[in-house]
Amino acid sequence: MEETVQFKLNGKPVQLTVDSNRMLLWVLRTDLGVTGTKYGCGEGYCAACTIVVNNEAVRSCQTAVKDVKGKEVLTIEGLAKTGKLHPLQKAFMEHDALQCGYCTPGMIMNAYAFLRKNPRPSRSQIIEGMEDNLCRCGAHNRIVQAIQTAGKEMKGGA
Amino acid sequence: MNNDDYLDLDFTDNPSGVQMDRREFLKLAGGGILLYFTVGDLSVLAQQRQGRSLPTDFNAFLRIGEDGRVSCYTGKIEMGQGVVTSLGQMLADELDVPLDAVDMIMGDTDLCPWDMGTFGSMSTRFFGPALRSAGAEARQVLLELASEHLKAPAEKLATENGFAFDKTNKQKRVSYAQLAKGKKIERHSTGKVAVKKPSEFRIMGKSVTRRDSQEKVTGKAKYAGDVQLPGMLYARILRPPAHGAKLIDVDLSEARQVKDVQVIKDGDFVAALHTYPDVAEMALAKIKAKFDAPKSDLDEKNIFDHLLKVAPSGNVVAKDGNLQAGEQAAATIVEESYFDGYKAHAPIEPHTAVVKIDGNKATVWASTQTPFSAKEEVARELGFPSENVRVIPPFVGGGFGGKSRNLQVVEAARLAKLSGKPVQVAWTRKEEFFFDSFRPAAVVKIRSGITEKGQMSFWDYHVYFAGERGSLQFYSIPNHSTTVYNASWTGGAGTHPFATGPWRAPANNTNTFARESQIDIMAAKAGIDPVEFRLQHLRNEKMQRVLKTAAEKFEWKPAKAPSGRGFGVACGIDAGTTVATMAEVEVDRATGNVQVKRVVCAQDMGLVINPEGATIQMEGCITMGLGYALKEDIHFHGGEIHDVNFDTYEIPRFSWLPKIETVIIDNKDSDPQGGGEPAIVTMGGVIANAIYDAIGVRVFQLPMTPERIKEAIKRG
Repeated sequence: MEETVQFKLNGKPVQLTVDSNRMLLWVLRTDLGVTGTKYGCGEGYCAACTIVVNNEAVRSCQTAVKDVKGKEVLTIEGLAKTGKLHPLQKAFMEHDALQCGYCTPGMIMNAYAFLRKNPRPSRSQIIEGMEDNLCRCGAHNRIVQAIQTAGKEMKGGA
Repeated sequence: MNNDDYLDLDFTDNPSGVQMDRREFLKLAGGGILLYFTVGDLSVLAQQRQGRSLPTDFNAFLRIGEDGRVSCYTGKIEMGQGVVTSLGQMLADELDVPLDAVDMIMGDTDLCPWDMGTFGSMSTRFFGPALRSAGAEARQVLLELASEHLKAPAEKLATENGFAFDKTNKQKRVSYAQLAKGKKIERHSTGKVAVKKPSEFRIMGKSVTRRDSQEKVTGKAKYAGDVQLPGMLYARILRPPAHGAKLIDVDLSEARQVKDVQVIKDGDFVAALHTYPDVAEMALAKIKAKFDAPKSDLDEKNIFDHLLKVAPSGNVVAKDGNLQAGEQAAATIVEESYFDGYKAHAPIEPHTAVVKIDGNKATVWASTQTPFSAKEEVARELGFPSENVRVIPPFVGGGFGGKSRNLQVVEAARLAKLSGKPVQVAWTRKEEFFFDSFRPAAVVKIRSGITEKGQMSFWDYHVYFAGERGSLQFYSIPNHSTTVYNASWTGGAGTHPFATGPWRAPANNTNTFARESQIDIMAAKAGIDPVEFRLQHLRNEKMQRVLKTAAEKFEWKPAKAPSGRGFGVACGIDAGTTVATMAEVEVDRATGNVQVKRVVCAQDMGLVINPEGATIQMEGCITMGLGYALKEDIHFHGGEIHDVNFDTYEIPRFSWLPKIETVIIDNKDSDPQGGGEPAIVTMGGVIANAIYDAIGVRVFQLPMTPERIKEAIKRG
């Protein structure tokens, strides 16, 4: 049902009147025109649509707008602060941790939430933390390395 | 939408509306130096372009602009494979400009010359040499201009970093920008100017990171689905439950009641459109439709019998010696059949297209490996002359051979025409699995023998429906024959229950799995280490070197299989590249689970433009190859596809990852060969052989699922 919903998107307040049962993925991409978050499977299996809500990684294709009322929503567009790339973004570039790049925003956002919880992860912890993010080009090893590198640079802070 | 907004969507800083008429182009492109060149054989080019009103004497060109920047226009596209980087490196090096002074303008059908499509690992292999030669020739033009400008003979001049200078006095120099300023020079490549020798390379052969990664890590990179135009509608299309099903009844009344939804019915073609894709989806769900599906009992189990039954007569594609004599000389004969099920391409970006019609012109943004085919198809659908259709490929989120047909583009064009609005068609994952052109199910039958001394005496190879690529064996066997039944991967009427097509290194994955499994069986029968056995049968020096390199890196110690170590080896040739792969696996006998612990892959791909890029492609091949080797299989009943998402169609995940080590053999003096496909061909064979080495049982069907491994153990 239509209602007015407020939340913070990448640090800025957003107010929309929408059917609040709609999934955030589509509201972000179409109503708000923020297209960095990608559709991959629509059922939460591929994690290409991963965003961060109140520091938790969620699948935006499975998250209704009403569930983010009053919350802080972070997408790939909000990661670079004042024009400075986030350590994860830099590490993905340095390690060439992407090919087609379509799964990349979801990978980075999932890794962001993961590193906040576990700033100095082991390789096997990263693998476990990223297990549900799918990549078809086969950049997995480099993604693991990039997350390790970023974790070191962040030294516990995001 | 004004023109500037359109340009944003072009992702280039080039004038729009440039037609591929040379005089016209020069007029619009402003000043500078233009060099036209041809990739491949002109007669082939003319053939491919039959009926197309396009220039017939060149199919690529580069421009040195008045700002000194170099632009290369090619119909190839970037889909993750990294050619935007490697092609740029070649051009920058030959022209002596920094890499970041080169812009690659790719795939835009208004700006770029016609191209067949991006597949077959051909961009670097065929486009590369022509591009380098054109770069060298353009540099020659710059030297001539510099000679006039600096009043010094050209032979006294050298070039570096976008400048030409006097070798005796480096202060006496002029930039390319100055040289191009106010000029309108066009040349046609003669191919007579020598390219750089490997010892002169400054940029080629050096690793550089991807040029498109900043856009991709910030979310700025635009894919077709990210193209949003004013007034654009998202379409969701009514789909049949099975291939071949016919729509017999449809009730649109409930869907039509959804606010602001446009429901379109054009014959059997029914769609719901809305400014939000999820609302269109919701309206589509309210359409009540009845379909009549044809009866078929084909499924993933009986498909192989069916294929053998409907196989056309075979074509002998290679033959030497006398098979009968070979059989007589054999002490042991092995006859086996190998099976491979249907595989999905499953790129994470589903097929997507946006079409906007303005009067009698159309602009198309599409995830496609074949933008020029898309242009023709849209023109046909809309009844427009093809020059009125412009296709702009944004970033493509993975292709692997699957984005060569353009069904979604035609659908978007049809709906744009019917609705009178710009339309985006973005397939759902279910549609992606339904309309994929799957890698075909296939059967390989091999009969081969060894003498008492362990020498292979004959090889009789028959491949059904996989295709010809990779079917030729490269071992030294005196009597051999290779027969191909249906040389293409598309099959004919009455063969496959749905569309099939090229899948990364088409045919070769199936052929290499079968061949390398059979070679291993022969080695085991001979009681010889599988690497040693291969080397004994290899006269191909390149393959010998690659195999020895892999063995050294792997620290392979000879042992007769099954040794219990779980070590496997497989060799292959694809797209001109020679590859040898070794793997270590751990097999859980109780569950049938296979964990690939380590993969070593050595490759000779001739001259390597970007070693880092080539390494990434090898790693990608190895990782993606784990999927078809171990888990990926399409389940179906008749034309109904049972796998509709990633829950049942399992593609490789982080936890599957082996330790990957790659070696690229230094071979700068040979022409560059394919890099995006070769390593994947060995993955089925190397894992099958490693499983056998681990537990002494062999699986003859891909994928080698836990169930099939348990069955094989039970059989003993």
